[in-house]
Amino acid sequence: MSTPVDTTKAGTASTAAGEIPVAPKPKSYSMIGPYVGIVLIILYCLAPFYWMIVSSLRRPADQFQTTLIPNPISFQNYIDVFNPSNNFARALLNSIIVASTVTVLTLIIGTFAAYALARLDFPFKNISLGIIIACSMFPGIAMVIPLFGLFTDIGWINTYQALILPALSFGLPLAVWILTAFFRQMPAELEEAAMIDGCTQGQAFRKVIIPIAAPGVFTTAIIVFVAAWNEYIIALTMTNKAEYRTATVAVTFFTGTTGRDIPFGSIMAAGVILTVPLLIMVLIFQRRIVAGLTAGGVKS
Amino acid sequence: MTVVEAPARTPKPKVDKSTDFRQQGRLAAYLLTPTMAVLAVVIGYPILAAIYQSMFTQGQGVDADGFVIQGDTFVGLGNYAAIFKGDTGARFWNAFYNTTLFTVVCVIIEVILGVAMALIMNKAFKGKGLIRASILVPWAIPTVVSAKLWAWIFDANGIANTILGQQILWSTDGPQAKLAVIIADTWKTAPFIGLLVLAGLQVIPADIYEAAKIDGANAWRSFWSMTLPLVKPALLVAVLFRILDNLRMFDLPAVLIGFQKPSVETLSILSYLENSNTRFGPAAAYAFLLFLYVMVVAYLFVKLLGADVIGDARAKTPKAPRRRRALVAKGDTP
Repeated sequence: MSTPVDTTKAGTASTAAGEIPVAPKPKSYSMIGPYVGIVLIILYCLAPFYWMIVSSLRRPADQFQTTLIPNPISFQNYIDVFNPSNNFARALLNSIIVASTVTVLTLIIGTFAAYALARLDFPFKNISLGIIIACSMFPGIAMVIPLFGLFTDIGWINTYQALILPALSFGLPLAVWILTAFFRQMPAELEEAAMIDGCTQGQAFRKVIIPIAAPGVFTTAIIVFVAAWNEYIIALTMTNKAEYRTATVAVTFFTGTTGRDIPFGSIMAAGVILTVPLLIMVLIFQRRIVAGLTAGGVKS
Repeated sequence: MTVVEAPARTPKPKVDKSTDFRQQGRLAAYLLTPTMAVLAVVIGYPILAAIYQSMFTQGQGVDADGFVIQGDTFVGLGNYAAIFKGDTGARFWNAFYNTTLFTVVCVIIEVILGVAMALIMNKAFKGKGLIRASILVPWAIPTVVSAKLWAWIFDANGIANTILGQQILWSTDGPQAKLAVIIADTWKTAPFIGLLVLAGLQVIPADIYEAAKIDGANAWRSFWSMTLPLVKPALLVAVLFRILDNLRMFDLPAVLIGFQKPSVETLSILSYLENSNTRFGPAAAYAFLLFLYVMVVAYLFVKLLGADVIGDARAKTPKAPRRRRALVAKGDTP
């Protein structure tokens, strides 16, 4: 692990440079103001999420309690989520399969394109990048409707490929965009040195860039995974059997045991289950993810 | 320093240039082909297929001689013409209005909140990690989950009504349903805009604020005439992406309020419902119109406001040095 030292610098250059705080104004209000603001921001972001956790930890009978701490704490909602009628375990598995496959495919294909766009000189480069970014603006419904017709004709409804292939339409532009920014941050001397030592550009890519870009690729993987995990409209359209629904779709099909009531307790529990693994990843790698998310939009 | 000879192509080693360029072009073609091929299948094909599909209607009809027709009937631009008349038209324009309203209102609120958040975060000395972590929470929650969460908050017996001391039926059709969607969308994405703007703020050197202060500029003025113009590039790109994201809004109103609720029916939802009702022609027509709408907005945004979507990619393209030849030489720094 000797090279990653350089990489860390390259990857988080913008963040690290940005950590230098703006000089404070020695006025009295500005001493307190920011702290009040910070508390407000944290409350704004976390209060609804806290409510989801709290609601999921109540007994189903206490669903309409409004205390800030559930009393008594119960995990019954988490047991109810996995009631066979919800098919949630299978849906979770489907989501993992689909989102992972989308992430892996996207990264393999996208890394090549991003490298070309970031490091090579060739005609139509701006146009290529423009096309790829334009694709990320494409409305999902405009892709889903014709593909639904196609997939119905070729018998792909209720298959994994029908969920994975359309998801590349947003995964791939996203990955190419972030990866291009990451690749561009890496010093050009790396390849130059490799090429002076006799590597071709292709070898320089394989033997020098890929290993060093690994953290950036990993960050991109998380961001693409989050996007694929969020996906709803494709999974909703391309499936009509419960076994092939992904978790985001399954959550919307939860029915209460009593029939009429919406089982919000178990829906919140499902939401927590769907969110917490992502959050753990995001919180561990938060610096890199912020760098990745902001890489495309900010010129540093 | 004057530029006499061709300027050094910035990042490249000194290899024979023409072969190098050709070699790189071939390599680039290989590397880009898989991406372009996939995009052709999942985006290029659907555009063409949607145009084709939008010119047909489905299901039973009766032809001029009174015979029942089944299957697809070619109607040309009939599906598009229908948006100008009758119930179909009213429903389309309602969806168009909702889509536009959600986009405009949400993006305006999100930008104001996001910029405010970024300014506060930029002042923070302590707890940067905590703020960044909490800002990423709404981003990481799947939209469907956040829609369910807000549906629960806005439940008739939910916490929102408890706090407000009201009995508002948020999920029934009406202006309150629109408001619920706007609040939920704002919650999820304003922090994200804050994050992008913060990144833009952090590259602004502190000394220009010092200079402005010495020149007697107050906080508001230095925000308005320095901070804002300097974060404008980052902000414009963020806003463009938020606009385009909201124009295709589907998950949030569909899950938070539900289908068949005219007050929150967006173009995406309308198109989806037509598709589920096997009216594939109109569904494709609405989807294609949404696509055109998105393209027009994106084009205007890039052309009129100069949102630099490609970003610094342009700085290192082969064209850039050539353009710069006319300018004063700046050495090798791009």
